[in-house]
Amino acid sequence: MSFSRLAIRPIVAASGSRRLATSAVVVKHKLPDLPYDYAALEPSISAKIMELHHSKHHQTYVNSLNEAEEKYAAALHAGDVTAQIALQPALKFHGGGHLNHSLFWENLAPKSSGGGTPPGGALAKAIDATWGDYGAFKKVVNASLAGIQGSGWSWLVKDKETGQLQVITLPNQDPVTGKYVPLLGIDAWEHAYYLQYQNRKAEYFGAIWDVINWKAAEGRFKV
Amino acid sequence: MASTHKYTLPALPYAYDALEPYISHQIMTLHHDKHHQAYVNNLNAATASHVQALEKSDVQAQIALQQAIKFNGGGHINHSLFWANLAPASSPSAKTEAAPKLMDALAEKYGSYEKFQDEFNAVLLGLQGSGWGWLVKKKSGELDIVATKVHTFEAMIVMMREDANGLQDQDPVVGAQPVFGVDMWEHAYYIQYFNDKASYVTGIWNVINWEESERRFLEQVGQLKL
Ligand SMILES: [Fe+2]
Ligand SMILES: [Fe+2]
Repeated sequence: MSFSRLAIRPIVAASGSRRLATSAVVVKHKLPDLPYDYAALEPSISAKIMELHHSKHHQTYVNSLNEAEEKYAAALHAGDVTAQIALQPALKFHGGGHLNHSLFWENLAPKSSGGGTPPGGALAKAIDATWGDYGAFKKVVNASLAGIQGSGWSWLVKDKETGQLQVITLPNQDPVTGKYVPLLGIDAWEHAYYLQYQNRKAEYFGAIWDVINWKAAEGRFKV
Repeated sequence: MASTHKYTLPALPYAYDALEPYISHQIMTLHHDKHHQAYVNNLNAATASHVQALEKSDVQAQIALQQAIKFNGGGHINHSLFWANLAPASSPSAKTEAAPKLMDALAEKYGSYEKFQDEFNAVLLGLQGSGWGWLVKKKSGELDIVATKVHTFEAMIVMMREDANGLQDQDPVVGAQPVFGVDMWEHAYYIQYFNDKASYVTGIWNVINWEESERRFLEQVGQLKL
């Protein structure tokens, strides 16, 4: 540890290490407001689930991410590489949890606001070109969700390099990164459905299509 | 070709409401009758397919089945161990006095039983996503706390099959045997505790079966039978 400290300190000092540990640089993340009421996605997702999921689970990811970033800033300030590496899993888990849930809330909408209306425009064309039609695509996503062993997410992503669509699964709170752009994510953690569906997770995967907000996915597809 | 062994759901060694108020009747019913049963069913389906693949000498199909066998076989083993390492809070088995040798070993390794609990709790609450926390006895006889994520269910299987030939260089927990485990999947507590998993973790200490834990602790590593 002392070796890495010696090696890194001059670089950190040159970039102004004091500023790294101040709140002016480490901006606190905040829980985003839900764009609809907790009960708005019923009967697909119950109000109780939405409330716990947003106000407890997501809030905890936000709090823990802020904590991890604060510690990370201190480790940067101290030139402590060992501490930085030790903080990486927390940063990934809570940072991923915050990113994933923020995308997820936008991915959903009450039926009265277009939830469940099939995709349109260029994204619909790309889905048809990749999987045949929307029904076939949903089957692929549902199979990927059912195949997740433990906590994780399924994502419809766009490959930045090729423009191709793909369905991928990621474990725990690993966020979509690298060459993939997340278009649509579905939370397959048990907390996302257990109070309403218990072990019948296939029912949850079937019902969630009624509240998918394809407008959000179309917006992300264009970028 | 040999016929397939059929795995069956073991009966709970106590009533579904016997672990109240720490684990609710409803959780135990769903967890045992639905979740564990699904692991057993899927394991039987996967092993039956494996027999067919063997008969056809289809190596690709056999390899494709490995993950399902690991996951569902691990789920079956872990839950079988879990039910047996729990006991009603009022029973003599749930008293730490039922594990005198294990208590001595815990005090020696961790300083005190309370310090061991603190460390074990930290491991349980530090799990990122679904997984299990285990107290294990290593081949050296030393105790250790390990977390197994969902994809390392196989670590538990390897632990139990570990023999004198050793597989030590493949996994840090190889060669150990489970003393007791705690299921940290959300299905294990969500209906009762919601996001408050810390309360589930605090409560479960009241229903650890120390008699069974002592038995596993004294068993020679690798000899444990389900
Ligand atoms: Fe979630
Ligand atoms: Fe479980």
